[in-house]
Amino acid sequence: MKNIWVVAKKELRTYFTSPIAYVVIAIFLVLVGFFYYNILMWFNAQAMQMAQNQYYYSQININQMVYQPLFNNMSIILLLMLPLLTMRLFSEEKKIGTEELLYTSPISVGQIILGKFLASLLVLLAMLALSGLLSVFSFAYGNPEVAPILNGYLGLFLLGAAFIAIGIFFSSLTENQIVSAVLTFGALLLFWVLNWASNSAAGAWKDVLNYVSFLQHFDNMTQGILDTTDVVYYASFAFFGLFLTHSVIQSRRWR
Amino acid sequence: MIAVDHLSKKYGDLTAVRDLSFKVEKGKIWGLLGPNAAGKTTTMRILTGFLPATEGRASVGNLDVFEQGNEIKKILGYLPEVLPLYPDMTVAEYLGFVAAIKKVPAAKRSDSVAKAVKVTGLESVKGRLIKNISRGYKQRVGIAQALVHDPLVLILDEPTIGLDPAQIIEIRSLIKSLKGERTIILSTHILPEVTQTCDGVVIINEGRLMASGSLEDLTASIRHQEGVVLKLRRDAAEGASVVRTIAGVDNVTLTGDELKVEWKPGRDLRDDVLRLLVGKGFSLLEMRPVAMNIEDLYLKIVSGGTEQ
Repeated sequence: MKNIWVVAKKELRTYFTSPIAYVVIAIFLVLVGFFYYNILMWFNAQAMQMAQNQYYYSQININQMVYQPLFNNMSIILLLMLPLLTMRLFSEEKKIGTEELLYTSPISVGQIILGKFLASLLVLLAMLALSGLLSVFSFAYGNPEVAPILNGYLGLFLLGAAFIAIGIFFSSLTENQIVSAVLTFGALLLFWVLNWASNSAAGAWKDVLNYVSFLQHFDNMTQGILDTTDVVYYASFAFFGLFLTHSVIQSRRWR
Repeated sequence: MIAVDHLSKKYGDLTAVRDLSFKVEKGKIWGLLGPNAAGKTTTMRILTGFLPATEGRASVGNLDVFEQGNEIKKILGYLPEVLPLYPDMTVAEYLGFVAAIKKVPAAKRSDSVAKAVKVTGLESVKGRLIKNISRGYKQRVGIAQALVHDPLVLILDEPTIGLDPAQIIEIRSLIKSLKGERTIILSTHILPEVTQTCDGVVIINEGRLMASGSLEDLTASIRHQEGVVLKLRRDAAEGASVVRTIAGVDNVTLTGDELKVEWKPGRDLRDDVLRLLVGKGFSLLEMRPVAMNIEDLYLKIVSGGTEQ
């Protein structure tokens, strides 16, 4: 555990002594703020209209009308930004030769991977926590329910963790950071929309494609549904990504 | 302290190291000498546990490299050929990180870093970012990194590469000063490095062991003749026939205007040669010992000469 933290601390220092973390967090917040503002303005106009009618008035729901679309937008922003956070994790070590230091130290490859994973998770946590501050406005001028919002944030965190694990895996494959980022984008997008193919798939494939796709599980979480299947799905995705990374690094050295 | 036993390493079809065996005693500096692509780096990477061997065994202390790799990593310091430095860290931060991953207890870490900084003479740059310091200092940071956890064994891959002559001398004396408790293996393709810093040498070429032993043993084993090379102002041929008359001189060869005079080791005929030539009125421009040493052996090996 101590070893994992040593590696994580080093990665966090790199994130925060270089502009990487600041730029990623800042741009993430600008975009989230922009979406939040627009959705809120749309909600505002919509709510005014709906308030004219007794039936529609009872249907006004800030969780559903603001947070659900906001979470969907945020998930796409994460998909675009997290690969930039993970692309250097192993590629750079390989490129500048520091992997020789890491792998000849008395810490295990697993600990190195987990340390890097942890560092990115903490940056993700900072991104999400800071974006949560925007909700001050929702609570000041409305009365949204807290639990579904937290559930949505949990969904974003789990989704982000899976993205990061996949990013780490692709970073371990190449010493080129651009290649690593592009491969991660490609894989994430593909998994995002994989369930589209389920429309034309038959039998068991339909279920498989639906299950494997990110989108299905994320929809549940934004709607405020906390299902262990979804949590297990993201956790196993993250585990799988890290496990593959471990295999890649070990097999490189044993070849 | 270090034993390599019938070690082989293949990368696909390419054999980088074949059937390599050698031993290094505790407290000695041993040089791994060979031309580029001889298998030096591969051998070192196997010893440090970075790469597994295809065949054979290697041990450090009494620990097997393949089975007790993690134990070995604690007592081993390694300077790879490409310096493993993080450019965005300061020297002190970097050494602190290395101390941590080398399992130096947290309480002792700052002392270890201070000691490594002192030994390698990095005091003046320890607060600076690694990317902003000069190549010579980077090389020292690389050595400091290998030393920070006070290892018993140091493995240095080309420690003086890319340095200017003054820096090379500094680094060499630094390495020599590290001897004592520590056992050191350094690789190089520069011969004087071995003769100046090492107690013994392992010469490899194309992954094969060509010669190994202490410097004295190796020199003694190859020195069948001693002699001098003379340069005369004129009449070199005539000089040759004069020198041939000296008792004990075995061989006189004339190449261009240089005269090579050889005799059996164990006696010194330089005075006789000189006196006779001067007495006969020859004027001597130059006289130097025949360089029959590790250099000849190395050149012979590298140019595809005989195995030993």
